[in-house]
Amino acid sequence: MLIPHPLLGLRDAQEFTYLGDASLLNRPDGMAEGAAEAFYDYVYLRDNPAGVHRELWFHEQGDRSWLVVTRNTVTHEILGAELARDVALAAKGGAQ
Amino acid sequence: MRFSGFRVIKEALTGYKGWGSLWRTPEPQASYDYVIVGGGGHGLATAYHLAKVFGAKRIAVLEKGWLGSGNIGRNTTIIRSNYLLPGNEPFYEFSMKLWENMEQEFNFNAMVSQRGILNLIHTDAQRDAYRRRGNAMRFAGADSELLDREQVRAMYPWLNFENARFPIKGGLLQRRAGTARHDGVAWGYARGADLLGVDLIQNCEVTGFRIENGRVLGVETTRGYIGAKKVGVAVAGSSGRVMAKAGMRLPIESHVLQAFVSEGLKPFIDGVITFGAGHFYVSQSDKGGLVFGGDIDGYNSYAQRGNLPVIEDVAEGGMALMPAIGRARLLRAWGGIMDMSMDGSPIIDRTGIEGLYLNAGWCYGGFKATPASGYAFAQLLATDAPHPTAAAYRLDRFARGLVIDEKGMGAQPNLH
Amino acid sequence: MSRLSGGLIDRSQSLRFRFDGKDYTGHPGDTLASALLAHDVRLMGRSFKYHRPRGPVSAGSEEPNALVELRTGARQEPNTRATMAELYDGLIANSQNRVGSLAFDLLAVNDLAAPFFAAGFYYKTFMWPRAFWEKLYEPLIRRAAGLGSLTHLPDPDDYDKGFLHCDLLVIGGGAAGLAAALTAARAGARVILADEDFRLGGRLMAESHTLNDLPAGDWIAQVQAEFDSLPNLRVMRRTTVFGAFDHGIYGAVERVSDHLATPGGRVRQTLWRITAKRIVLAAGATERHIPFANNDRPGVMLAGAMRTYANRYAVSPANRVAIFTNGDDGHRTALDLIAKGVEIAGVIDTRAGAKALGKYPLFAGAVVSNTKGRLGLKSLEITRDGQSHWIEAGALGVAGGWNPNVHLASHHRGRPVWDESTLAFLPGADLPPGMVVAGAAAGRGTTHQALTSGAEAAVAALAGLGISAALPDLPRAEDAPQAQAAFWHVPGKARAWVDFQNDVTVKDVKLSHQENMVPVEHLKRWTTLGMATDQGKTSNVTALAVMAELTGKTIAQTGTTIFRPPYTGVSLAVLGGGDTGTHFRPRRLTPTHEWAKAQGAVFVEVGQWMRAQYFPRKGETTWRETVDREVLATRAGVGLCDVTTLGKVDVQGADAAEFLNRIYANAMGSLKVGMVRYGLMLREDGHAYDDGTCARLAEDHFVVTTTTAQAGPVYRHMEFARQCLWPELDVQLISTTDAWAQISVAGPNARALLERIVDGFDISNEGFPFMACAEMTVCGGLRARLFRISFSGELAYEIAVPARYGAALMGRMVERGADLGATPYGTEALGVLRIEKGHAAGNELNGQTTALMLGMGKMVSTKKDSIGAVLSRLEGMAAEPRRLVGLVPVDAAEPVTAGAHLFEEGAAQVTETDLGWITSACYSPHLGSAIGLGFLAEGPARMGQVVIAANPLQGQAVRLRVVSPHFIDPEGGRLRD
Repeated sequence: MLIPHPLLGLRDAQEFTYLGDASLLNRPDGMAEGAAEAFYDYVYLRDNPAGVHRELWFHEQGDRSWLVVTRNTVTHEILGAELARDVALAAKGGAQ
Repeated sequence: MRFSGFRVIKEALTGYKGWGSLWRTPEPQASYDYVIVGGGGHGLATAYHLAKVFGAKRIAVLEKGWLGSGNIGRNTTIIRSNYLLPGNEPFYEFSMKLWENMEQEFNFNAMVSQRGILNLIHTDAQRDAYRRRGNAMRFAGADSELLDREQVRAMYPWLNFENARFPIKGGLLQRRAGTARHDGVAWGYARGADLLGVDLIQNCEVTGFRIENGRVLGVETTRGYIGAKKVGVAVAGSSGRVMAKAGMRLPIESHVLQAFVSEGLKPFIDGVITFGAGHFYVSQSDKGGLVFGGDIDGYNSYAQRGNLPVIEDVAEGGMALMPAIGRARLLRAWGGIMDMSMDGSPIIDRTGIEGLYLNAGWCYGGFKATPASGYAFAQLLATDAPHPTAAAYRLDRFARGLVIDEKGMGAQPNLH
Repeated sequence: MSRLSGGLIDRSQSLRFRFDGKDYTGHPGDTLASALLAHDVRLMGRSFKYHRPRGPVSAGSEEPNALVELRTGARQEPNTRATMAELYDGLIANSQNRVGSLAFDLLAVNDLAAPFFAAGFYYKTFMWPRAFWEKLYEPLIRRAAGLGSLTHLPDPDDYDKGFLHCDLLVIGGGAAGLAAALTAARAGARVILADEDFRLGGRLMAESHTLNDLPAGDWIAQVQAEFDSLPNLRVMRRTTVFGAFDHGIYGAVERVSDHLATPGGRVRQTLWRITAKRIVLAAGATERHIPFANNDRPGVMLAGAMRTYANRYAVSPANRVAIFTNGDDGHRTALDLIAKGVEIAGVIDTRAGAKALGKYPLFAGAVVSNTKGRLGLKSLEITRDGQSHWIEAGALGVAGGWNPNVHLASHHRGRPVWDESTLAFLPGADLPPGMVVAGAAAGRGTTHQALTSGAEAAVAALAGLGISAALPDLPRAEDAPQAQAAFWHVPGKARAWVDFQNDVTVKDVKLSHQENMVPVEHLKRWTTLGMATDQGKTSNVTALAVMAELTGKTIAQTGTTIFRPPYTGVSLAVLGGGDTGTHFRPRRLTPTHEWAKAQGAVFVEVGQWMRAQYFPRKGETTWRETVDREVLATRAGVGLCDVTTLGKVDVQGADAAEFLNRIYANAMGSLKVGMVRYGLMLREDGHAYDDGTCARLAEDHFVVTTTTAQAGPVYRHMEFARQCLWPELDVQLISTTDAWAQISVAGPNARALLERIVDGFDISNEGFPFMACAEMTVCGGLRARLFRISFSGELAYEIAVPARYGAALMGRMVERGADLGATPYGTEALGVLRIEKGHAAGNELNGQTTALMLGMGKMVSTKKDSIGAVLSRLEGMAAEPRRLVGLVPVDAAEPVTAGAHLFEEGAAQVTETDLGWITSACYSPHLGSAIGLGFLAEGPARMGQVVIAANPLQGQAVRLRVVSPHFIDPEGGRLRD
């Protein structure tokens, strides 16, 4: 597979390490009420879609960026890739 | 009709006139007591044990394609009970005992072959870990032996002992482990279930669940609505997709695992060997092909096909361990969807919906579990109580902090 | 039969070769199969199940019958298709899958017993008695099964892998592929043309067709000349594109030197990973045969293959040949053979209205209904309107129509579509992205169609890249429509082979139907149809046509099985790419590696690293003796150990402290500048992940160490936290594991030694107390970092210098510390020292354990949010009873073994009574006995009690006393002095 790195262009997927669903960006607050339930959901439950999936890849053999890659799990077609940091910052900005 | 050598000879001499259908092709009825979703190994074994052991009647297995078209139809055929953790080992040993008597019981030769599995050891820490595991196996009634380097050499002198990046220091051997003919297992259970009156319905995909007041009433299918008192879902890689129709999210990701077979060869490898320092395991089928595999591709996938880097990685492992296989050719590579759970262990449990039961999360190791999984799931469906060896496979173990993490990799499915 | 005229063989040279011990000659341009046929050798193999005598049915890579063991010794290559083995001088091949000689194979007895071996028979028998399967039945089956044999010798050849990139990959070098490559290359696109053959031209070489009224070879030569002048085109002969993977990546194998006796200095094969923006699949088509009784005798072959042998290799399998066809194509073979002087015994055409196209006997509306000739065809039976008669012929060409080679088009699971007009499965709409199919692979099989569709495919493919290409002037070529009848098999009672190699007959397909094994995948698996080395190339479509006939469904409804890579077999060696032996994985060396080697160190693999395990001295006879000395020397004087392999992460930024507070379970933000703290990291699931130290060099600068094994994963995890969880924090990370050499200096004389090398820095106990850290210079100006931390329980430091000075520093310390007893020690002594001190390492931090189990439950702060803290408090985790304890044998002479399980004395030893296990064990020279660490249920409550360490695997059951895990200096006085 080839991953369109937003800074470096098309890179072989072998340069990357896969983590999983990009929902891992949304870590709950560990000091909040009901944190155990929120963390159970965050750590263990997955939508696991057959179709478009937003997922985390780490450019371990490259620039060490974490990316959010949007990929179809049925066809493996890649629809886009963003820096995870940008996605996370945007989400935090939106929350404020 | 009973199968036997005598019968094979008789039919050969009379033009096979007596060979009939291995199973019927029934039309689905309006309702059943038990509907098993998924006509793979686990679903068929469940139906078989429901009828045979628990005396259940009015059972249907719904299969979206052809019987045995899931991972039972494409795997590396290994059976073993060499697990470490108390949540796992007794279950897999129960499975092994069922393997040992299965063919005589369901009257079908599934070619269960106890050729032994050898896990190679390459470091002192690995030896410590395997010693712990081998002892755990003994305490659960399984067999295990710890071999030193020379004992391994005596078994397989042509492994790479001379020039290895990770020298072989020994191995953990389970002699009762081995292989079975994967399709034969599916067919044996299918035929056995059919003979006990189970309706095996092919080309029947479940498209939804009818649920009222927290209770399942039946399933919507491509062949119409089918009512059921109890519904058991055993759909492996499709678990997420199917249970989503019941509104459930699971601690499971679907990944692709590739496996491989070489062209047919005269006997070359007697048992099953796993390489402890690379992603490679291998055995040889009765037909002569080297059947081998390695790691999952590592990304979520429902594509049932994988990519080249893993093929290369597996071949590298093979060549590092046994450079004599170099001149054999890869005949076929295939990919299946693995229901990778968050702790690497399966789930056999009720769900939050009354009458709906789940059998899932087998990762890439479901084949060896087929008999025990079917037995335990049947027991749960029939009695609402878990089989004692499967009691740890609860759905709520993640929320309660009781994970069964055989590899110690944490909640990341592609590391299990 | 002597050679025919013409052909693409070089008669000026003779090549000697040997088959089954007999010597022959051939010519450059021959394959093993063509050269053997030229010597009237038709018998080349035996079938899989019945051991029937077999000759080649094809002239290409689809060959199911003529499989041989090529070469001898370690280079022996089983199942090699004689039709693809390029002849070279000195070639040695042997027939396979036989007991006795090829002509008198004892296992041919299976053929007599064939009725018992019908489809699926083995599932119905061999069940009693149970133990006989492994002992009797299965060994017999295994010995009879298989095909060629592999020696157990290591493959002696070299292999390589490489990457190629192109605008357009053209797969197949026949008419369509040549036209596509020419079109694209002229347009300036970067083009790769790959073909499995050793010559370009594909079926143009096999046919007698002309191009612009000249032999096709003239046009091929002209195109090749132009190819040679185009730098943007790479032509790869002997290269099979075997798989279509994601995102335009294609796997290909180039057989670099398989056509030579030995590779010489070159690699044998190269694995290419070709990344193509667009692809033209011009893989041609494979002819299918028509099953009839005894259709598998040597001499019965595909009619198209006969043309290949005649036109390309100048050889005919016999002087007198018959043709069996269901269409016009078979008649072409008759004409080509007549033109070469071969006698045609007759053309048997299933179509009642068939017309002869030349001077040969025609049997229209007739079929071949049987054959004779045990080791080679002698005669055949023709049946027309219920009347049969026999004619003599040494060979029979069968023309059953052509199956487009849609394999690569279907590797992404797109299914081919049945086309009734061409009676073939054509590529469907669901192709791999960027692929266009041309020529016979797309059902466009006349030479004219192939040329034009190839050129058009290239134009269309390049248009998608914004490259405009012009259609070239293509030569005038035949374009005759090929009429054909849908005739799939000759009905009859005797066995008619569908899958030659696996011995699947029409009868087996019928039995499969009778037994309700009707879906194509069941048919395949019940009968083993299409599972032979040719993967059904010559059999699948025919079989499913028969099944369609039996079920009354159409072929389209019946469908195909799944096409999966590889297109043809690929050697495992080339897939491994040559990374074998010690090259399997990289070897990382520590900065002191060469120094340690010079000291005579024994090394051990630790992940990718090679580390010094121990440093034997003259007179020491066992490793234990050496390790004991190193341990005692360290505890008495000072020991030196390279610990560079520990992961090091530099953490900087205004929010570095806050970041580390969230990463570590224990508080890290409160750490003072110039101090070090032990840190424990959890995974988010609450289990212990890794431990190490965290040193604060400045307000905004920390150095984190990790274990050796987890250096990579922990760094990745920290980057995840930084980029994905808390991007708002001002913090930067970099791994400096390779930048700094780090040496542990441990023992009562450690300070005295360090004082001799630091540049006037105060490292007195007051000036530099336990857990202090500082940057300084040593040895007269060398930049260094000093940490006062201890893994051994002794007064100890770790000193880091730029990696290139590691060896020099080690040498200097050993030299300057000679009078202090400075002793290098390896990982074994390191392990003993840490077990004696009760420090956790990999065996205790195995990913399944928790802070609670490690005795560090209180370290997990509840006052802050850190990774893993919440789930570490789940009920199941909190109720975990096992704790880390120390264990010593009651009888000091008894062993302590890691991996033994712990039980109460007298308890039954079963899963339910298992109290824990021993994680690490060693001989403690300090205590004079073996000791161990382990996890034990209610461990603290059992202090002083005796438990049984059961190790039935090795017949051990040892009484151990439960003690504190701190065997050495439990108060910690030594490390603080």
